[in-house]
Amino acid sequence: MTARISRWPGIELTAADLHEGKVTQTRFRPDAKYAWSAGEAMSRFLEELQNGRLIARTCRKCARVLFPPRMFCEECFRPTDAWTYIRDTGTIETFSISYLDTDARRIPEPILVGVVSLDGASPKMGMMHYFGGMTKDEIRIGMRVKAVWKPKEERRGSVLDILGFRPLGEGES
Amino acid sequence: MRVGIIGIGMTAFRPATPEYNWKELMFEAASRAYADAGVDPRSDVDSFLTCAEDYYEGFGIFDEFVPDQLGAALRPTCTVSGDGLQGLANAFMQIETGLVDVAVVEAHSKASDIVTLEGVIEHALDPVWNKPLGAHPFVIAGLEADAYLRATKTPRKALAAVVQKNRRNALKNPLAAYAAKLEMDEVLSSEERFAPLRSLDIANPADGCVVLVLGSETAATKLHANPVWIRGVGWASDSPSLETRDWAGGEYARLAAAMAYRLAKIRRPSTEIDLAEVDDRFSFKELLHLEAIGLAKKGEAGKRALRGDYGADGSLPVNVSGGSLGCGNVFEATGLHRAAEVALQLRGDAGIHQVDGVQVGVAQSWRFVPSATGAVAVLGVGR
Amino acid sequence: MTLFRRRLQETGKEMCFEATKMALDSAGLTRADVDTVVCGTAPDAFDGVAMKGEYLLDGCGGYRKPYTRVFTGGGTGVFSTIAGWWHVASGLADVALVVNEEKMSSCQPHPQSVFAHIWDPILDRPLKPNLVWIFAMEMNRYMTVYGVKKEDIARVAVKNKRNAVGHPCAQLADPNITVDDVLNSEVMAWPVQRLDISPPSDGASAVVLASEDFIRKRRIKDRAWISGVGWCIDSTMWTDRDLVFPEYVARAAKMAYKMAKIDEPRRQIDFAEPYDPFDYKELHHLEGLLLADKGEAPTLTREGVTERDGKMPVCPSGGLLGVGNPIAATMGMKIGELFWQLTGQAGERQIPREVHTGVSQAWGDLMQYGSVVVMRA
Repeated sequence: MTARISRWPGIELTAADLHEGKVTQTRFRPDAKYAWSAGEAMSRFLEELQNGRLIARTCRKCARVLFPPRMFCEECFRPTDAWTYIRDTGTIETFSISYLDTDARRIPEPILVGVVSLDGASPKMGMMHYFGGMTKDEIRIGMRVKAVWKPKEERRGSVLDILGFRPLGEGES
Repeated sequence: MRVGIIGIGMTAFRPATPEYNWKELMFEAASRAYADAGVDPRSDVDSFLTCAEDYYEGFGIFDEFVPDQLGAALRPTCTVSGDGLQGLANAFMQIETGLVDVAVVEAHSKASDIVTLEGVIEHALDPVWNKPLGAHPFVIAGLEADAYLRATKTPRKALAAVVQKNRRNALKNPLAAYAAKLEMDEVLSSEERFAPLRSLDIANPADGCVVLVLGSETAATKLHANPVWIRGVGWASDSPSLETRDWAGGEYARLAAAMAYRLAKIRRPSTEIDLAEVDDRFSFKELLHLEAIGLAKKGEAGKRALRGDYGADGSLPVNVSGGSLGCGNVFEATGLHRAAEVALQLRGDAGIHQVDGVQVGVAQSWRFVPSATGAVAVLGVGR
Repeated sequence: MTLFRRRLQETGKEMCFEATKMALDSAGLTRADVDTVVCGTAPDAFDGVAMKGEYLLDGCGGYRKPYTRVFTGGGTGVFSTIAGWWHVASGLADVALVVNEEKMSSCQPHPQSVFAHIWDPILDRPLKPNLVWIFAMEMNRYMTVYGVKKEDIARVAVKNKRNAVGHPCAQLADPNITVDDVLNSEVMAWPVQRLDISPPSDGASAVVLASEDFIRKRRIKDRAWISGVGWCIDSTMWTDRDLVFPEYVARAAKMAYKMAKIDEPRRQIDFAEPYDPFDYKELHHLEGLLLADKGEAPTLTREGVTERDGKMPVCPSGGLLGVGNPIAATMGMKIGELFWQLTGQAGERQIPREVHTGVSQAWGDLMQYGSVVVMRA
């Protein structure tokens, strides 16, 4: 059909067509606000962040330490068994050097962001977070890092209670 | 090939469930369904379907957040952006292809997570024609109720009878969120909202989750299940635009029922169907739907409701579960909940709201304001 | 299939109508022949309407018909056809119309803001992530583990944008683009650069699926058969998965191959349309589709194997990188191109040797969804 069809529908508009009012537009801002129940696992996780600790759940059947914590094991499909603290040190699994912010706006100083697998959790299990105390040329996959916590009085029960992860010093744990 | 419901799992319906997030809510219903069916989702299930709409969940792509709590990680899984009965229909088709033996359908409501429910529903209105009017979206239900009452000469009192019956039925359903013993006068004098609808004519939102396990006849035999057969399914949509749709006759429900009855080889629904669960999220909808799906003659549903025909001991028990007025509006889970209730009745597992001797039941759903979309499932036991 | 453009004047409904009309005309059918309609479209927030499937339904020809919307994120581009397939293969329908649409320009100031809502509200959203970040992370992991050079990845963008030159709907075709152009384009979130990405777009596409009986009865000559379907979702917990290999695509592919009785995909499949919103994704997906060994896809690309005249042409349509990326509507390249190639109607884009079997694949959600269709002439 591509070979036979002569008309491919669609009228292209330019940004100027919009700004100069050549086409009619209707505007609407939805009123859509949410307040999610955090649930059992995430409530405890957030509470422990305020204490400066990372907590996980264990599954006896597959013998995994599940982080982020959850009340059920997706592999075994059964309730998880117990709470356990894991460490706030880990390894960079992957990262990006971003010149874009959330709204796709350009920023001059790049954000270092990536996934950290945490010590004490099962292999590869971790979280997304920012990196600091290193330059864009120093960051690499496999780098050992440690969480930088906000001062206790500023913690609110959010992943932002951790400012980011910094390089783990020689001999530090 | 016959397809049966071989497992039923539901959470209780509650006005709010602060103790659970949506994942934990789904895990509970799924665990119950799998235990009921005697299946392990990690090895016995070929396909998982969830029924969800992004704006009801507060997510851009809710499909992402589904698999783990259903046991569906690294398994064939998808979202049907529709009512639970549409999900049931798609699972039914998957099994009919022969590619899938056991399928799981999930639908839920976590409406208590939505801070601006009215705004979310309003956002479904046509952006060019309707949103600029700025009216409350339930005005559409008011308009439809008015059109229906006029076209069928149904007395306003009949709506109150529906509310009274369903809220009362819910007293015998331990899962229901809004069970109550109401007097007719209380319903008729409740606050005016979207005339002719009053506050008690409108189902209140609830949280809850429903999971059904479906299997082919072979799978049902293998699992020693006691299946409730899906004799027919149908679904249809009328015009999405308010300006061109049928306002008094529930065309979507009529078309959906015609399809389901054709598959189920039902010729005279009013005599062949023993029990019905129909959408009643606005009281008049129960009557409109009963007429649309051929269980009452045009204009007679209201009179029969006033006569008590639709009570648990009437000639056609309707919404014995308590319906949405009694159990709560669980949004996309509404149709699946009703299918589950019919299936429990047909299995004889409905507990203190069991109706005796029912062999064939129908569940009917509507996708709520502002849609004109609905589905119908005919369920049966034996033969 | 409509034009794919940054911004189209048509509303979403109108785009659906145009695509639907074209598909029916090309099959020689009318809406009266259609038993059921499946709509595929991604987040409601792009079009700015909740329950978007309901809104689009009259444009899709769904008025007073059984109509369903399915949604598997970016995976919808191929998944809706799978849903259409089960409507027909179950015997419930003889003719199913599948209509996919995305109108991303409605979302102001930038469709990117929609992606703020695809994240976990507790674990991810407080970090205010940009969608490009996670793809950059996946690309970096892939490059680092296999030691892939950026220029070998850039070759994919070059190939697809050149392939798109023959595509009448293309937004991003470029006959003169070079690897250096890609490598010198603006860095967005390293290692992702501007020309590694397919930008947002408006567009719609539609396909008609029919049963064998119907096709015979109506003597429809131009047809390609769906011989395998597969779909799979991975765990939501993306920070617990090794992003280096798309296991979910491999599972979906194996499901589709089993149904299509394909046990040696590299030998039995003639060409592929994997999902390529980013250039590295084509490579990632070729490995997921078992058409390349792990880490081998960049080499195949460098050696020209995946060129239109290569041994295994990949994205002869021009893909998302060349034609455009109106999420679900990319069905026009994925399913559409398989049909056109297998029926010898791809015109300038026709693969210069006879092809019998093609595979198409889409990818979505939080880097966790694979949908695969195998089609035969």
